[in-house]
Amino acid sequence: MSEAMVAHQSHPDDSKSILGFWIYIMTDCVLFASLFAVFAVMRNATFGGPNGHELFSLPFVLAETMLLLTSSFTCGLMVLAGRVRSKQWVMLALGVTFLLGLSFVCLEVSEFRHLVIEGNSWRRSGFLSAYFTLVATHGLHVSIGLLWLVVNGWRIVKRGLGDVTQKRLTLFSLFWHFLDIIWIIIFSMVYLVGVR
Amino acid sequence: MNADKSRAAIAGPLQAYITGFILSIALTLLAYSLTVHHVVAGNAFILVIASLAMIQLAIQLLFFLHLSQESRPRWRLLVFGFMVMVVAILVYGSVWIMNNLNYNMMTPSQLKTFMHQNEGL
Amino acid sequence: MFHFASALTGRMNMQAFPRDTITAGGALSMVFALIAIAAFLTYKKRWKWLWKEWLTSLDPKRIGVMYIIVALVMLLRGLGDVLLIRTQQATSVGSSHGILNSDHFQQIFSAHGSIMIFFVAMGLMFGLINLILPLHIGARDVAFPFLNSVAFWLFVAGMALMNLSIIFGEFSAAGWLAYPPLSELQYSPGVGVDYWIWSLQIAGVGSLLSGVNFLTTIFKMRAPGMTMMKMPIFVWSVLCSMLLVVFAFPILTVTLALLYFDRSLGMHFFTSTGGGNPMMYVNLIWAWGHPEVYILVLPAFGIYSEVVATFARKRLFGYKSMVWALGAITFLSFSVWLHHFFTMGAGADVNAFFGIMTMVIAVPTGVKIFNWLFTMYHGRILFATPMLWFMGFIATFTVGGVAGVLMAVPPADFQIHNSLFLVAHFHTMIIGGVVFGYFAGITYWFPKIFGFKLNERLGRYAFWSWLVGFLLAFIPLYILGFMGATRRLDHYSASEGWQGLFIVAGVGVLFVLLGVGFQILQFIVSIIQRKQNIDATGDPWNGRTLEWSAPSPVPFYNFTTIPEVHSRDAFWETKRAKISMPPRYEDITLPKNSPMGIFIAAFAFMVGFGCIWHIVWLIVLGLIGVVITVLVRSADEDTEETTTAAEVKRLDRVARKVAA
Repeated sequence: MSEAMVAHQSHPDDSKSILGFWIYIMTDCVLFASLFAVFAVMRNATFGGPNGHELFSLPFVLAETMLLLTSSFTCGLMVLAGRVRSKQWVMLALGVTFLLGLSFVCLEVSEFRHLVIEGNSWRRSGFLSAYFTLVATHGLHVSIGLLWLVVNGWRIVKRGLGDVTQKRLTLFSLFWHFLDIIWIIIFSMVYLVGVR
Repeated sequence: MNADKSRAAIAGPLQAYITGFILSIALTLLAYSLTVHHVVAGNAFILVIASLAMIQLAIQLLFFLHLSQESRPRWRLLVFGFMVMVVAILVYGSVWIMNNLNYNMMTPSQLKTFMHQNEGL
Repeated sequence: MFHFASALTGRMNMQAFPRDTITAGGALSMVFALIAIAAFLTYKKRWKWLWKEWLTSLDPKRIGVMYIIVALVMLLRGLGDVLLIRTQQATSVGSSHGILNSDHFQQIFSAHGSIMIFFVAMGLMFGLINLILPLHIGARDVAFPFLNSVAFWLFVAGMALMNLSIIFGEFSAAGWLAYPPLSELQYSPGVGVDYWIWSLQIAGVGSLLSGVNFLTTIFKMRAPGMTMMKMPIFVWSVLCSMLLVVFAFPILTVTLALLYFDRSLGMHFFTSTGGGNPMMYVNLIWAWGHPEVYILVLPAFGIYSEVVATFARKRLFGYKSMVWALGAITFLSFSVWLHHFFTMGAGADVNAFFGIMTMVIAVPTGVKIFNWLFTMYHGRILFATPMLWFMGFIATFTVGGVAGVLMAVPPADFQIHNSLFLVAHFHTMIIGGVVFGYFAGITYWFPKIFGFKLNERLGRYAFWSWLVGFLLAFIPLYILGFMGATRRLDHYSASEGWQGLFIVAGVGVLFVLLGVGFQILQFIVSIIQRKQNIDATGDPWNGRTLEWSAPSPVPFYNFTTIPEVHSRDAFWETKRAKISMPPRYEDITLPKNSPMGIFIAAFAFMVGFGCIWHIVWLIVLGLIGVVITVLVRSADEDTEETTTAAEVKRLDRVARKVAA
């Protein structure tokens, strides 16, 4: 974020927190990279079972992608609303971001449920183990983000929009944008490539 | 209050978000339709999809995460660059190594299947 | 798979308590030691003091001392393991099977390696960084003091879990890296590998948090005027090491998790069937493992740079090339990891690439060695204990390093991989490089932290015992490796002719233990004689860097005013220019104590224990506990306290009057 984006450095702490959180996000990128590496190595380890072509439903995944992408956008709007200290717009954007994110998680859970019921759980093959772990780790991150969002919303209701809260919204938005970026890679390299 | 109350001041960033959002949607739909309509095949397909993903990634880094707008010193950019290097080495290196190992360490029956499929024997 | 005998107690059962003498002995001594400490604290009525002054403190100097105490206690545990290993290997020849059965022996060497790397080396490293980094950059604290406390207590939780395995359950018998298929459920159905996984996983999260913390500290909290190229070399070494931590530890997190998923959720990452690939584990664990060894050694190199410059009474030679070398090692350490498994079956092209990169990484290390030697050249060297440790390092590390370059050649490695030659090499690196370095750091900075000097004579005795012990313990292993002895042997036939050398190695360990005895004696004697050895000036070694400008012991605020820096070796320059500014006093705001770090770690421990013994409700409880504690802490608005300028002035007068 440019320095202008960060509430005019009212607290010198802000740039420290943002850098620290950014570094943490970089570690999360390496975590996902390891999972991607495992998936790449195991992309054909189907052990006689089904592969991506047989399992993935592209329209479903497109819907998930659009939901998450839009929520990333509304999250950006939320931060901007916070910058002008407009409590209503912040809560609106926060709510929309939350609902979109929640829909994403629900769709993903139903996708998993469907696979498990048909006997294609993570136990079926190395490929499926890798697929479930990679996608569920992302989904878990999104879920924790949703919890964080609720906490932020609660804090705004209780204590209003101050500098500290704005900083936390900024940190949240870093997290949320990064999750969408990881999803782009999952969408492209796991689903689109996997389906073929 | 240290907040910037001026609506005008957020016009620039707002524009960035909107542009980034629209571009991301476009790239997503492009990649999707290329897949569904089987426009490209084989390794070229993977390359195209990967490239589209990288472009969308860059767009989101620039428009959503404002990576280019960090004021000096650019620690976030530096750490990001290092991360990209590590990830590239880890992913590419692992795939290279594991392919190499798999090729050299096949069981006799796997070898037979491999030679039949890949070398026409 | 998650099989649990009961939903309440998972797979816990009474068989989990120790059933053989040695394990029972170890378990009982641990329990008695803990009881003794608790009794002592109760008798002296020191619980409140301990809680308030140490356990809940967010002062990195306090946290640093605690790290080092835990690490040194774990060193004793690891050396206990060594005694057992050496005894077994010296006596288990021909018809004798030594003192341990195979399974027990395997658990012992697995515990030995895991403890030494994760709890001794990492503990000493993070301890010294906590103590010295803020002082070196002219700061009062680290970037995220609360996170610092969380990281320390997660380290303790991991340590506690690993030690619990002696008392309840068993430990992994799959080596310090637990390769599958041996570490998979089929061949390790018990709790051992799970103890290993969760102990490392929890401690690993702590390491990751520390990495983020110290990187931000160095980037953002340097004193005004301290540009990157004016930082002490120790700070550069910490920067590079923490970059490695931040990018390597997530790989470990993933790999441990995947192994656990295989074992508990029936997944097929590294299984022999189902599409799993055990070789992928080896690939990933070493992609972490190689950077890990550089994580350990770089701060030790940093300490050597400080020590050599101080005791040669000369500026460090080649500051810029030292920085370059550190950076080169950091980059390159991500490109060599396959040299740990040349023999696993990769083709010549892959092996050749990694072999060449491994040889290349020796070059910047060599640059550093030469720079230290050039620093000594034409210096007026004082052979105080820290300098002795450095000399020991030079003598041993260079030879061990060259042994490494030999093994970097894949065809050569095919002969000596997993032999005792390898074991001797990496112990030379870790003991000669890492351990000697952290001992140098402890003896060098002890007066700064505690206000009195350590007994020099006992320090010398300790050093020489360690050096002789190390040489006696490991030169035989180099020879044995060439003679064909593989690692981790719990028995061999008499016709091999190896026993003599194993006995010499055993004698070496006794000398090392003598050295440890001298170190313990040194602490005791120094504490008893502390009033005669007070560090009055705060600068007992005529040092060059900023920590020596603070009084000894360092007050909680480090500096009354943040110094302004104009050059490298900032303190040396102010001494030379005889600049003395009258101290200015200002209000200082620092974090209050907090027990939340302890609670988070306790809940993490619950999660680990639950995962090991398959107790689902405990896992859920632990996770909820962590979340709630984090939320409670983040809702707390009253986390700092201010010391007024007047109070700072008073404290400073007291600190310096005692000094003067």
